[in-house]
Amino acid sequence: MIPTPDLSHLRPADYEHVYEPAEDTFILLDALEQDEELLKSIQPRVALEIGSGSGCASSFLGSITGPSSVLYLCTDINTHACSCTQATGRQNKIPLDSIHTSLSHPFLSRLRHSVDIILFNPPYVPTHQEEAFTAQTERDIGGAWAGGADGMQVTERFFPQVAELLSPRGRFYLVAVAQNDVPAIQRRMRAQYGLDSEIVLKRRAGREHLSVVRFQR
Amino acid sequence: MVRLITHNLLACHAKGCTTNNFPLEFKDVQVVLRESEFNPEFLRGFMPKIEWPALLGAARELGDTSLPDQLPEMLDDDFLKALHHVLLEIHVEEGIMICPNCQHNYPILNGIPNMLLAEHEIA
Ligand SMILES: C[S@@+](CC[C@H](N)C(=O)[O-])C[C@H]1O[C@@H](n2cnc3c(N)ncnc32)[C@H](O)[C@@H]1O
Ligand SMILES: [Zn+2]
Repeated sequence: MIPTPDLSHLRPADYEHVYEPAEDTFILLDALEQDEELLKSIQPRVALEIGSGSGCASSFLGSITGPSSVLYLCTDINTHACSCTQATGRQNKIPLDSIHTSLSHPFLSRLRHSVDIILFNPPYVPTHQEEAFTAQTERDIGGAWAGGADGMQVTERFFPQVAELLSPRGRFYLVAVAQNDVPAIQRRMRAQYGLDSEIVLKRRAGREHLSVVRFQR
Repeated sequence: MVRLITHNLLACHAKGCTTNNFPLEFKDVQVVLRESEFNPEFLRGFMPKIEWPALLGAARELGDTSLPDQLPEMLDDDFLKALHHVLLEIHVEEGIMICPNCQHNYPILNGIPNMLLAEHEIA
């Protein structure tokens, strides 16, 4: 059993601006734990989490693959989330390098085919396009869920970057809900970028049918 | 935290800025040193991703002259310890990173680099 990261340093006031770990976070943690042997066997050097929020998932990954064996990069568009991620890394003794940016833009030229583990629990809730667009501009708590058409507006923009970043032995873990149309995502990633995938975990939480999909070259 | 390992991976991504956009230059920095666990296996594995001249330049900008001009062929323990310190223990907490090409300023606040660009500025 890998312990859930200690988040006792975060306060209700933090969660007014930053996504509080919920069922979608925990299914990602469970998928990583289930893949413990695989994750260790690929001997990762670089991990990258997009939209790290509280920093819960990357801290958890760090306790699987080790604090000094991997560089953990975390991005978020929300400045409060970046601070929480950094604090959560310190609290759990996992060095998380938090970067305030959208998706992985500033790393694309230097990390081509170099990232061994990519995590993204994206804003996946279907909303009006306009709402997702506004949330991306405001960069506050709304950006944690507003996903626009089919809940795919933000995730879709990240896919070409995955294809650029993923190392030959790399794995990409994506959280999705049924409305995102998981089989269609899998077909598209195969056809456009030659990435194979598998649903590694699936569960229902309230109204949401959650999946974790794992992609590789 | 902006450590030199991360600085070595960040490039300017402003629209149209595609050449000479790396490494970003430091300005007005405040640095804090924090010890971290020495892991030679990690350093050996990470070595191929490092841009040596960029790392050397950044270390010297921050006043650290422990690294040799040329990457040594033998990665012995003394070298790896110096490399460990430079890559992982020097934290830039405050300051600015400037693109050598388009001069865009990326501020660092409380150890977090702000690499955001407005939508219309993104390549
Ligand atoms: C569903 S929350 C997940 C947070 C955390 N990873 C977790 O699992 O609990 C989505 C996160 O993505 C961030 N986000 C939204 N759009 C983003 C973008 N374009 N680039 C980077 N992060 C983004 C949000 O600010 C939020 O922190
Ligand atoms: Zn530039």
